[in-house]
Amino acid sequence: MSTMDPRTTVINERLKRINRIIAVSSGKGGVGKSLVATTLALELAQRGCKVGLFDLDFTSPSTHLIMGVKDAQPKEDKGIVPPVVKGLAYMSLIQFSGDHAAPLRGTDISNALIELLAVTQWGELDFLVLDMPPGISDAVLDLVRLVKRIEFLIVTTPSRLAFETVKKQVRLLQELKVPIIGVVENMKMNRAKNIEQETEKLGVKFLAGIPYDLKVEEAIGDVAKLGDTAIAQRVRKVAANNIAQ
Amino acid sequence: MHEWALAEAVITAAQQIAEKEKLREIREVDIKIGELQQVERDIFRFALSQLKPASFKNAKFRISTAKTTLKCRVCEHIWLFSKSKLDEDTAEAIHFVPEVAHAYIKCPKCGSPDFEISEGRGVWLENIKGVR
Ligand SMILES: Nc1ncnc2c1ncn2[C@@H]1O[C@H](COP(=O)(O)OP(=O)(O)O)[C@@H](O)[C@H]1O
Ligand SMILES: [Mg+2]
Ligand SMILES: [Zn+2]
Repeated sequence: MSTMDPRTTVINERLKRINRIIAVSSGKGGVGKSLVATTLALELAQRGCKVGLFDLDFTSPSTHLIMGVKDAQPKEDKGIVPPVVKGLAYMSLIQFSGDHAAPLRGTDISNALIELLAVTQWGELDFLVLDMPPGISDAVLDLVRLVKRIEFLIVTTPSRLAFETVKKQVRLLQELKVPIIGVVENMKMNRAKNIEQETEKLGVKFLAGIPYDLKVEEAIGDVAKLGDTAIAQRVRKVAANNIAQ
Repeated sequence: MHEWALAEAVITAAQQIAEKEKLREIREVDIKIGELQQVERDIFRFALSQLKPASFKNAKFRISTAKTTLKCRVCEHIWLFSKSKLDEDTAEAIHFVPEVAHAYIKCPKCGSPDFEISEGRGVWLENIKGVR
């Protein structure tokens, strides 16, 4: 028998009382994944659902900044129990690494991800929203491998540079037979329909176009203001029509 | 205690292996704990004894500690992890997620945080013996 890593065996046990696990992902960085993931979690909670938010962008975590999280430490109780932040069960590597930069390589990212999945006690949740790092990274492949029942919500911008990477990601997920809830097109500057049409050609649902909104920057760190942005307004509809139903 | 979650993982994995190897009764389980994660042995051992299923009733759990070797990726210096140099909060953070060591520990020779945890990271199963 070769030496083996026991952690992967308990992951689905830890997640079994979570109804749906949604990874917010994109082929590119800077397209609005973290904002969409955070507002999606907050909007689902607003609807009365029990929601968790897990920041998996270990090298550039942002959800704590978006929500203005000051100090929220997990508790230790037969595992790690996430603190409640703005009504969400919340986990981020920030809770362990603080303000220090954590230069993690691919294997370190996989290890940290597996560790947190194996020891976090989420309890009962209607939704767990995952804020993903950009690209078809180790984190995406590990999650697809380890978390049965994972679904993807994909974010693009109107730019061809973003959409081409999204296309690759969609094809990969389709090959892996992972469900895709749909694509949102963020930071729209006009009413062009090309991304919507191209998305549908891939056999994937186009969920919403989100306009570029100058109010977003000002709303960072303030959950109430975030609720008034174009992102929250569109994501609210997606939550109602395509996710919570 | 977070040791319980790790113990549960070890038991679940050991059960899976036992099933695969068609072992009816488990007699020995060898577990290694890397120093980096600073797992509390007594709690871990107690958790194992509480979580083990019937087929592990007579199993002997052998737990040994492995030193943690770190290797700098910039200057290739190799050194051993030592808890004594860390403050309590840092030690606790590394206990939860060993990879956050990269946020706090630097190569003692060149100061780089880009190092590799070559050995002794977490908890792993080394061997299982039983009867069919
Ligand atoms: N609809 C939008 N309107 C204006 N700014 C936006 C919008 N969506 C995202 N941004 C800005 O774009 C940047 C990247 O967003 P972020 O959510 O961090 O992306 P990602 O997680 O994909 O890297 C941030 O500065 C954010 O404030
Ligand atoms: Mg992000
Ligand atoms: Zn060095």
